[in-house]
Amino acid sequence: MPRTTTPDVVRTATAGAPPAARLRAEDLTLAYDERVVAEHLSVTVPDGSFTVVVGPNACGKSTLLRALSRLLRPARGQVVLDGQAISSYAAKEVARRLGLLPQTSSAPDGITVADLVARGRYPHQRFLRQWSRADEVATEAAMESTGVLDLADRLVDELSGGQRQRVWLALVLAQETDLLLLDEPTTFLDVAHQIEVLDLCRRLHRDGGRTLVAVLHDLNHAARYATHLVAMRDGVVVAQGTPREVITAEQVEAVFGLRCVVVDDPVTGTPLVVPLDASR
Amino acid sequence: MTTTTTAPDRPRTRPVGRRRRARSRWLALAAGLVALAVLAVLSVAVGSRHVPLDTVRDALAAFDATLGDHLIVRELRIPRTLLGVLVGAALGVAGAVMQAVTRNPLAEPGLLGVNAGASVAVVVAIAWFGVTTPAGYLWFALAGAAGASVLVFGLGGAFGTGSDPVRLVLAGAALSVVFGAFTHAVTISYPDVFASFRFWTVGSLEGRGWAVLLPTAVVVGAGLVLAQSLSGALDVTSLGADLSRAVGASARRTWVLGMVAVVLLAGGATAAAGPIAFVGLAAPHVARLVVGPAHRWIVAFSGLLGALVLLASDVVGRVVAFPSEVQTGIVSALVGGPLFVALVRRRRIAQL
Amino acid sequence: MSTSTRPAVPADGTVPADRAVPPDGTAPDRADPAVAPPPGARLAAALPGRVLRTPSEALAVRWRPRAVVVGSVLALVLVGLGVLAMTKGSSALTPGEVVTALLGDGDRKATKIVLGIRLPRVVTGVLVGAALGVAGAVFQSLSRNVLGSPDVIGFTTGAATGAVVQIVVLEGGPLAIALSAVVSGLACAVVVYLLALRGSRSGGYRLILVGIGVGAILSAVNGLLLTRGGLDQAVEAQVWLAGSLAGRTWTHAAPLALAVALLLPPVVWLGRRLAYLELGDDAATQLGVRVERTRLALMVLGVGLTGVAIAAAGPISFVALAAPQLARRLTRAPAPPVVGSALMGAALLVAADLLSQHLPLGLAMPVGLMTGLLGGIYLAWLLTRTKKA
Repeated sequence: MPRTTTPDVVRTATAGAPPAARLRAEDLTLAYDERVVAEHLSVTVPDGSFTVVVGPNACGKSTLLRALSRLLRPARGQVVLDGQAISSYAAKEVARRLGLLPQTSSAPDGITVADLVARGRYPHQRFLRQWSRADEVATEAAMESTGVLDLADRLVDELSGGQRQRVWLALVLAQETDLLLLDEPTTFLDVAHQIEVLDLCRRLHRDGGRTLVAVLHDLNHAARYATHLVAMRDGVVVAQGTPREVITAEQVEAVFGLRCVVVDDPVTGTPLVVPLDASR
Repeated sequence: MTTTTTAPDRPRTRPVGRRRRARSRWLALAAGLVALAVLAVLSVAVGSRHVPLDTVRDALAAFDATLGDHLIVRELRIPRTLLGVLVGAALGVAGAVMQAVTRNPLAEPGLLGVNAGASVAVVVAIAWFGVTTPAGYLWFALAGAAGASVLVFGLGGAFGTGSDPVRLVLAGAALSVVFGAFTHAVTISYPDVFASFRFWTVGSLEGRGWAVLLPTAVVVGAGLVLAQSLSGALDVTSLGADLSRAVGASARRTWVLGMVAVVLLAGGATAAAGPIAFVGLAAPHVARLVVGPAHRWIVAFSGLLGALVLLASDVVGRVVAFPSEVQTGIVSALVGGPLFVALVRRRRIAQL
Repeated sequence: MSTSTRPAVPADGTVPADRAVPPDGTAPDRADPAVAPPPGARLAAALPGRVLRTPSEALAVRWRPRAVVVGSVLALVLVGLGVLAMTKGSSALTPGEVVTALLGDGDRKATKIVLGIRLPRVVTGVLVGAALGVAGAVFQSLSRNVLGSPDVIGFTTGAATGAVVQIVVLEGGPLAIALSAVVSGLACAVVVYLLALRGSRSGGYRLILVGIGVGAILSAVNGLLLTRGGLDQAVEAQVWLAGSLAGRTWTHAAPLALAVALLLPPVVWLGRRLAYLELGDDAATQLGVRVERTRLALMVLGVGLTGVAIAAAGPISFVALAAPQLARRLTRAPAPPVVGSALMGAALLVAADLLSQHLPLGLAMPVGLMTGLLGGIYLAWLLTRTKKA
């Protein structure tokens, strides 16, 4: 999908940086008040990948994502975006390069789908230029690619969970960023809607040439959709690589404490985790 | 399936913790009662005229009506002390019930309009009926509080099939504002009315004798009994309407009766001593910190705390501006306020 | 081929057949590709309001016709009420005389009365009402609570204490009273904020509790002063506490106008971000909104507006609470509108002042009490209307 704003500015900024890593975390120490979640955490997000971060509860995966999207300031270390510390950018500048689908958002009462998605254009707007033609085109394109254009004048409150998640995704897409971070995009959805959203993410990745980083809690979904997998436990990256490299019975037990057998998914051929029966 | 936890194994503290908590509750209760007794004695002895302790004992055991000190003890100090305990306990318990029923830790008994209703009645009493004594104010204030609460209950849907105690609070707020505006207007239209009213409105136990104590004891007593009988149901109410219905408690009956208890307690307290705002809000918070979430304990301990605070404030008020007094309502906020803020800063205040 | 401005439809299989348009523009279901809606048209139909754009897009905004109409009507009502207010007084004037006096063509007596006495009162009322309406809109949006108000942090109580101290203890004049009110209100808000701070975050809940505690202390101080002070001073303090526009001259109105002129534009500027704060802190931050800074700035502005309003007219209840909600309902906006709340607040206050001066209640009912009375009745009426089972 051709973008309406030229990414040339963005490309030249990465000229000096390592070619395959626009976004990376360097030696992060992440903490909430006094509680340290991770120390000396370094992660590089390969450009153009669909990276998925997995791990047991409270391993720090959402915390890492929040740090990568500058929602959380690291106690030590820095997140580097396009060769510069992310904290050195103006807030709107980061928003033009990196979009985050947060875990919890609230849609105001009585807002229509179109109105909500249109808010994703904020990073490109100014006080006097609040609704340019470029904004219209980008918003409509975002809604089209997530399949919610037909719902444009519906109220967000009336939509199903899967539809609502697609609307929020459209909002983030309207920002027209190359980097897309997704914090547990499927957690509150039923299985059909989970697959629907993940398929959409894969399309955005493949057809849009974007770099995606998602936190998923379902290991099999992660194996199926990711091109690059990062497994964390207790704030430490235990393994990273392709799904085939990371998802082995030994690693799954080491990371999740789950005894299992790993087979090939009969439909996609990706690794499929089958838990062993505890009673045996 | 064993999933290893990422946190280190938590030590098993539950049964031990519960025992320790139960023991500390009884300890706190005992300590509170002892403190109350000490304060009561002080309250009888201290004042614009200090009465030595053996004289106090004589006044009780071998009363001699010709001795001024004995009269002071019998006619002034003892009813005043008892009233302080009663009013304080009423405010504390009313606050605890109010917060439990509305499930809102910021609720206080004055929200039901009792203070506003009592104030209107008193200002009318002073302006148009020439009443000047606390005993006189008492009956007007009781009528005002009762009338206001009937209006609030009606407006808030308690008489119909309403199911939301929050409506009652909104009705109380609306009525309080209207009555408050009227009261304020009277005080600026008739300065001589304000001359007397300003002393009633800050909350005071001065000049309250048996004539005030006895009717108050009846009203507040009824409220206390009702509140204590509801305290078990209050535990269930705090879980929410759906859950409490599942458990079988009638949520509606609980909150309606709870509000009645609040009106009896807060109305009685305000009628006797004037509006004292802060105790009803703060006491349950502190009680929750000390005795935990069980409402039987919170209600009882809030009452104890309220009594302690009010009695202590009364004594301090008599001492600090000797030989004149600083009204109890003022002292209780001046002393209780900073303590409350310090507590909020230091501890994690439980959110019900 | 005119497809250069139309974004290509991604071949993702989810696009229903009747919308799939092959890149060459020959749509199977549409006879003529030139009739297909231009990009953004389907969207425009679903967005509220109309678009106003200059050709170079130096200005490109969406505006809601209903909001503009309501705003204009309110402004007209305000002017009408103001003129009406200026006709009444010890010497009655006709509306015509008032208007000519305002325009500078009236006779000397009418001009002196209108410009010297009645106009400053109306202007003060308009500005105080506008300031309170905007402050209310800000606090209600920030706290996402229709009951949000600046007094949560004890500001109004602090201002009241400052004024009472000035009146009862220091026996100062109107300017001193106004200054004391603002200074002590601000000091109180700062103290409450600092006390609620733990580390670098002040939990919202802790802020409210500390505000209540500090408010109780200050109320007690007020009570102490009112009972200990001489009766005359106590009554004067009680009158100030009622909130009033009586005797407001240009010495009140002029500084107030300056303050509102300084404080109101930044609120309009920042008010745009409120729509994004509504989406949640995370969503707003990732869109590039500096959430903490914006919230702090808006709160400071809201407190400032409340402060100058209190300085000019004393504490006036209900306008900050009711004006934003009424404006929101009338304009059918999703959130309390800033300009609409200003106009509504001004209209409410001027109307209340008219009523308070001319309603035969037999009691002195300054505007602050009148707004309380009306507001309480309005709340009660709302309750009777929405009886839910």
